Amino acid sequence: MTLLSRHAANLFWIGRYVERADTVARLFEVGSRNALLPNTSGGYRNEWESVLRASGTSRGFAAKYGDDVRERNVESFLFFDSDNASSVASNIENARENARIVRTSLTSQTWDALNNAHQEMRELKRTERSKLSMNDLIDWTLRTASLIRGTIEDTQLRIDGYDFLNIGNYLERADSTARLLDVKYFVLLPQVDFVGSGLDNYQWRTILRALSAHRAFSWAYGGEVTAAKIADFLILNRKAPRSLITCAEETCWHLDRLARAYGNTTTAQTQARLLVANLSEISVEDIFEEGLHEFLTRSINEISDLSATIGDVYLSGEGR
Amino acid sequence: MVEKPSYFNEMGSSGAIRSPYSGLDSWAADMPAEFRNTKQSEAEALFRRIGITFAVYGEGGDPDRLIPFDMFPRVFSADEWRKLDRGIKQRAKALNAFLLDVYSRGEIVKAGVIPGRLVYQNAAYEKAVVGIKPPRGVYSHIVGIDLVRTGPDEFFVLEDNCRTPSGVSYMLENREIMMRMFPQLFRENRIAPVDSYPAQLRRTLASVAPDKCEGAPTVAILTPGHFNSAYYEHSFLADMMGVALVEGQDLFVEGDFCWMRTTEGPKKVDVIYRRIDDAYLDPLCFRPDSMLGVPGLMNVYRSGGVAIASAPGAGVADDKAIYTFVPDMIRFYLGEEPILKNVPTWQCSKSDEQKYVLENLGDLVVKEVHGSGGYGMLVGPRSTKEQIESFRLKIEEDPDNYIAQPTLALSTCPTFVEEGIAPRHVDLRPYCLVGQNIELVPGGLTRVALTQDSLVVNSSQGGGVKDTWVMAE
Amino acid sequence: MRLDVNHRTTYRFDPPMRGVTQSLRLWPSLFDGQNVLDWNVKIDGATRGANFRDGAGDLIETMTFRGSVDSVVVEVSGTVVTKDLAGVLQGHREKVPPLAYVRQGQFTRTNNTIRELARGAIAGAETPLAEAHALAAAVGEAIAYVPGETDSQTTAAEALETGRGVCQDHAHTLIATAICLEIPARYVTGYLHAEGDIADASHAWAELYVRDLGWVGFDASNLKCPDETYIRLGSGFDSVDAAPIRGVAQGNGVEALDVDVSVISSDQ
Repeated sequence: MTLLSRHAANLFWIGRYVERADTVARLFEVGSRNALLPNTSGGYRNEWESVLRASGTSRGFAAKYGDDVRERNVESFLFFDSDNASSVASNIENARENARIVRTSLTSQTWDALNNAHQEMRELKRTERSKLSMNDLIDWTLRTASLIRGTIEDTQLRIDGYDFLNIGNYLERADSTARLLDVKYFVLLPQVDFVGSGLDNYQWRTILRALSAHRAFSWAYGGEVTAAKIADFLILNRKAPRSLITCAEETCWHLDRLARAYGNTTTAQTQARLLVANLSEISVEDIFEEGLHEFLTRSINEISDLSATIGDVYLSGEGR
Repeated sequence: MVEKPSYFNEMGSSGAIRSPYSGLDSWAADMPAEFRNTKQSEAEALFRRIGITFAVYGEGGDPDRLIPFDMFPRVFSADEWRKLDRGIKQRAKALNAFLLDVYSRGEIVKAGVIPGRLVYQNAAYEKAVVGIKPPRGVYSHIVGIDLVRTGPDEFFVLEDNCRTPSGVSYMLENREIMMRMFPQLFRENRIAPVDSYPAQLRRTLASVAPDKCEGAPTVAILTPGHFNSAYYEHSFLADMMGVALVEGQDLFVEGDFCWMRTTEGPKKVDVIYRRIDDAYLDPLCFRPDSMLGVPGLMNVYRSGGVAIASAPGAGVADDKAIYTFVPDMIRFYLGEEPILKNVPTWQCSKSDEQKYVLENLGDLVVKEVHGSGGYGMLVGPRSTKEQIESFRLKIEEDPDNYIAQPTLALSTCPTFVEEGIAPRHVDLRPYCLVGQNIELVPGGLTRVALTQDSLVVNSSQGGGVKDTWVMAE
Repeated sequence: MRLDVNHRTTYRFDPPMRGVTQSLRLWPSLFDGQNVLDWNVKIDGATRGANFRDGAGDLIETMTFRGSVDSVVVEVSGTVVTKDLAGVLQGHREKVPPLAYVRQGQFTRTNNTIRELARGAIAGAETPLAEAHALAAAVGEAIAYVPGETDSQTTAAEALETGRGVCQDHAHTLIATAICLEIPARYVTGYLHAEGDIADASHAWAELYVRDLGWVGFDASNLKCPDETYIRLGSGFDSVDAAPIRGVAQGNGVEALDVDVSVISSDQ
């Protein structure tokens, strides 16, 4: 049956919002772990500021709390605050609102998972804060996002709507992995002479942990953590579920399914294949030669271009 | 003290249960209170789960509230229904003939049967569609006729709904839930099914595709959006019919046709079942500030590129002022006597009738001409002196805005209440489909006034719904 | 009179819009007072379609632009031979019952001032035609022709209160006075060939339904009935409903409008 472009957009955005809620929780994790190390130059404050910067919410936070960058405020802002469009609460709310519109395209299990997430979030908001630990909130978010994704995977019909859900999910994940890496490189480390220090090492491990990948990393690479190994793992390793290349390949796979279903290959497929091809050919040395930050910035732009093309081709309803 | 009128109880009295209800007497009487409570909460949970919430169009209210569901079915015998069926179809046919007439030659006005002023100066009369003949000449494709009963053989039409009558999702869901909860009742009684309604509706809509449409027509439901109180019904019907549920922004006009934005590119739409008012359909024809409609849609419609159900302008037939003339329409167009009666109605705009109304306010029901949802209404026998006096002033101030009807002794149907089973007043809205054929599923939406002695069945004012059975022949 | 019309309407959008849809009512009416020798509506780049003649006798057509649009140019040109029928819309085919025009709208809502103006005007008028003339004269007197004092959103009541306005205000006010006397009245758009003071070649006036005569035009701005210097395009309840071009654009662009009209007599 015909899928309305607007509904495809709703599905696409459910995928993105769920993944975004997940990312915010992971950033949280980075912040809270780094905050456990007392000897960074700017003290505790610095860690939380970088989390705000990484989530793109520094300005909104400053407008609300000024420079009172305390854990509790950051937690309120990034987790609960509905005025903050990037908070976990907003993302869950947005995902559920999009789901409500396309409810008939979702299985009852998928709807239940999204709706329950919304209800539980409301419950959490009502709970006295002293009874909630930050770890509980992080765990809840990651668990909820996994549950929603798992339900989609397990119950949704393999039709075009399913592909849009996943395309949203993987594009968002690619973006988030690139940003997390960039945060580490550009934001967390205030001075170049930290590179290779114990702090540097600790922070890399935190990133891995935040991406639920520290065990996988040890299994794949063993030994000490280096920037090159991490970059290889999170950008180029097809075994890593959150690596850029994995996300690009998954996006490509779902776009190919759409092309087959619709009997029409578009610029979206071409662009996605190019993205995969570039990531397949490049080496970690090439990346560092280009500059990690430069490479990541370029990647983030390419992902966003692909997203825009998908919007033009499929979500505007005017593409052919 | 007003003498309490005696009401017709559709089930009959304990000594003499009327035949259509014979299967239900022992079922209800033998039901233990505890079991009943369990079933009641089960029903509520089911309703909540499927997401059908309180919102009969135009009534407003908390969008997340459930409309109360009463498990005691309302039953019609095959004989009773046969007459209703004929009467409803007759009325639907006449209303459509009227619409076709007043947008073309206006014979009924020329013949002096209905004053032109009431038709052409009516706010619902759309100048923009004069002379435009919709496919098959049908204007109102879904006619909801609100009926009340006062005796074994006494039915009255309270109101016609020619635009987009809502509530049919309740008719279908009520049956679904009753079948799930009490399957044995459906084994023991031969109850005519209603579940073919969505397929019939789709067939009806497809049958009015414009001549320019080649091949199988694409049908879509146009909704104001998910914030609308009747959105559940819109999405339910789209789902059951297997058609797209679109908002104005999903459609656009190009060339001679209207197109739907899909992931595979633009797709031509042939029939639009719209659930938005005329005024919002097209900012280039009606309200220029409408964001809900489709710019240019009316031009495509008027040049025969798309069908719209109900056709723009259909509302002129269901106005309360026109209502009075429906029996005359039936005689004029069909040459038949009306099978269903109108409730006698006094127009306060006519001075002699206004005089009668003002003298008898205590016995009458007074309604606003354009009101709905049971608001802005005076039920004389149930009102205080102050309420009556305040209505007197309103009528004197703006007589055109009011009509009055006698207080009808609405029939009652057994209903589960706190204390057990008690009679409660009911009405009925069947949904008649008009396309290539005129069809009526055996059933409808029964609304019940859950408050004791109340005659107001609107869900916004303490009304609930019941499953409506028609016994098979 | 043989009249040559050149009418160019330019819309510019900055930033560009995502699409534009317009409903056009740009073709001269067919009636005994007008003989259309040649008429052309040109819009480069637009998709045209969905055309029909409506119940009021107007030819209507739809045009759309999809994708990025930074400008739309609607060019109308043609030649019409006109005849003075003293405003009577003779030989015009239409199906809308006149009573459908006894209806107040956003621009034509009546109030006490309008009612008083109307009642005062017709006192002493003995025929429906005399009443209509009296109303037009009263409106023309009550509202002086002063451009720039009112805008496209001004209502009849507001214009009457100010006492100044343009042809749109005269037409709306005349309609409002007629309606409160239950006389069917409507807004008419067209062109005017004028060499006098009021040289606005794009023009609007009102038509009142006069028993035994049918629709008759009254131009309260010029205190006369349309003659051979007028070209009639179409009608509606008010200026919005009767607009020669009614459009909607999708997007956030700011619209700039430029209209250039000339109506020249090619009679020798």
